[in-house]
Amino acid sequence: MIPLSWYLIFAAALFSIGLYGVFARKNAVGILMGIELMLNAININLVAFWRYLNPTDMAGQVFALMVFAVSASEVAVGLALVISIYRRRKTIAADEVHELKW
Amino acid sequence: MTIWEDPIKFLNDWLAGILNAVVDFLNLPAGTTNFILNLIGVIIVATFGLLLVIFLTWLERKVAARFQDRFGPNRAGPYGIFQSFADMIKLITKEDITPTGADKISYNIAPLLSVASVILIWAVVPFTATWVGADINVGVLYIAAVGSFGILSVLMAGWSSNNKYALLGAFRAVAQLISYEVPLFLALLIPVLLARSMGINTIVEAQGTWFVVLAPLPFLIFLTSSIAEIGRTPFDLLEAESEIVAGFHIEYTGMKYGMFMAGEFLHAFTISVLTGILFFGGWQGPMVDTYPLLGVVYLMTKAFIVYFIVMWVRSTLPRVRIDHLMAFNWKFLVPLSLVMLIVTALLDKAFEAHSLHTWILLGANVVVALITVQILRVTGRRKEKELETFPKRPVAVPPKEEAPA
Amino acid sequence: MSPIQLTFLAVAAFSLVSALMVVTRPNMVHAALYLVVASFGVAALFVLLGAPYLAVIQVVVYIGAIAILMIIAIMLTRRIASEDLVVVNAQAGWAAVLAAILFFSLLIILGGWDSFGALAGELPPGSVDPAALGEALVSPQAFVIPFEVASVLLLAALIGAIVIAWRSSRAGG
Repeated sequence: MIPLSWYLIFAAALFSIGLYGVFARKNAVGILMGIELMLNAININLVAFWRYLNPTDMAGQVFALMVFAVSASEVAVGLALVISIYRRRKTIAADEVHELKW
Repeated sequence: MTIWEDPIKFLNDWLAGILNAVVDFLNLPAGTTNFILNLIGVIIVATFGLLLVIFLTWLERKVAARFQDRFGPNRAGPYGIFQSFADMIKLITKEDITPTGADKISYNIAPLLSVASVILIWAVVPFTATWVGADINVGVLYIAAVGSFGILSVLMAGWSSNNKYALLGAFRAVAQLISYEVPLFLALLIPVLLARSMGINTIVEAQGTWFVVLAPLPFLIFLTSSIAEIGRTPFDLLEAESEIVAGFHIEYTGMKYGMFMAGEFLHAFTISVLTGILFFGGWQGPMVDTYPLLGVVYLMTKAFIVYFIVMWVRSTLPRVRIDHLMAFNWKFLVPLSLVMLIVTALLDKAFEAHSLHTWILLGANVVVALITVQILRVTGRRKEKELETFPKRPVAVPPKEEAPA
Repeated sequence: MSPIQLTFLAVAAFSLVSALMVVTRPNMVHAALYLVVASFGVAALFVLLGAPYLAVIQVVVYIGAIAILMIIAIMLTRRIASEDLVVVNAQAGWAAVLAAILFFSLLIILGGWDSFGALAGELPPGSVDPAALGEALVSPQAFVIPFEVASVLLLAALIGAIVIAWRSSRAGG
């Protein structure tokens, strides 16, 4: 069968790819996509730990559901901010909106 | 069991016998028989869906024509039966144009995704008590999830066509589709509530009294939201031929356009099947325990009756404007479905073992409907009064100096 | 290699390749579509892990809502002149090094943990049913308070997103 280590390695790889996306992307929506990848990796970790170590206690799945709720709300507000910034500055490249007022 | 009592299981065992012999002979791993049988099941269900589209297009054209007091196609074979084949041949032989600057991968995948998202729903439809594609215990939620693939395909189609009108049409379509998902999910929750489970076969088996009797308002909300989700009149702004020039699939020709159309017809029939399953008792009916084949007959009868109602609505009602559509959704359907969810949940739990359980729920639905109609009348009257304060004056006469009372 | 292991390897490889495409494609709509594929791979892994409800919720939330929201935001915030041909900013090399360091240190730390290679036990009979999850979410002895706080958070995010993206040129703002 599948040992726990495979899931953890997969989640670690997904998290690192998401981290690279957050640091390296210029487009603000691209940064948000990196954050989404990291949250996906966290969910895989949580559910894998629930399944392999303590399947009777529902805490693992509840935690994963909370992460879903948090990621959905964060994407909503983040994209609203991105659209608002685009209306003012006409750009959403992260290295061009680095000043509060010009 | 004989072949009439359970044809599918009979065929299944016969094929399994043959395949097991072959697998033992070739020394393949043990799960191969099951895998091949599942694969054959998948192919049969998918092909059934696609073949049904041929019949549905003919039926649609005939029924719509009769509503419009004309005959419909009657040249291509007796009663025009071969018209759909003629349409298919025409679409296949059309030139396949890709607009310049179109995003090739999205452009080609969008129609596939649109049809796939409909056929995926057929995986959880139970034809009888034992003939289910995949008996998962979150079937209702799976249906909701698969619907969102269709939305993605609309967005991809509109974006990749490199056409402003396609993009605008795609935005409007996506706005409509994701708005009407909210009352759809809420109305889907009510059979789940009444059956205490999300598995579709469990919902069908829990319908001692059909859920349309226990919850007629959620049935209407579900039907309305589904008609909006599939983009039929009166909500067919997605493809309003007279307005936005066919919306997000302007740039599609030939078989790709045929796939969009096929997906839409199949989607209409699929939601009829789902309405039959969730609200009308599915495959239940007399004598269905001894002859499971009758379950398929009952389900298809109920589905075709609901499909006839969908076609009736399409032929009768005019198109709704986009702002009226949004107002109807957010200001009417969502509060109504929330109220119905709360009312049904409270009453179902409070009167669970009561003998008048059915009548109480039905009565609650009628009361909510009456209150809603009353609220609509009062607000409608108020709007009319606001519009009446314009003074009526004859044309081409200058207004007097003092303002009228 | 049992079929389940092959399935896991195929889905995981598919998902990781899509995730790499998400962070490297210059065309943002393509990146969003690859995000959809990666989320779908993660949903398949949830099914393998015995949490079908979470798998379907993953599809509904990530693919049905978040990905569509991102694609619409990308379409609304395009620069008309040119698509950004430069994907990464100046610190991209250091970002890659940091990601690699994080990955390997996670592996080293987890590798020293004794349950690292644990195999899955049997699932207790009621736990695949959503009813168990539902009870855990609304039972006062379980997690009803985080559930309510999450709903308040979602309400706040809903109102906040509308207020932030409201066009202030309208009368009254």
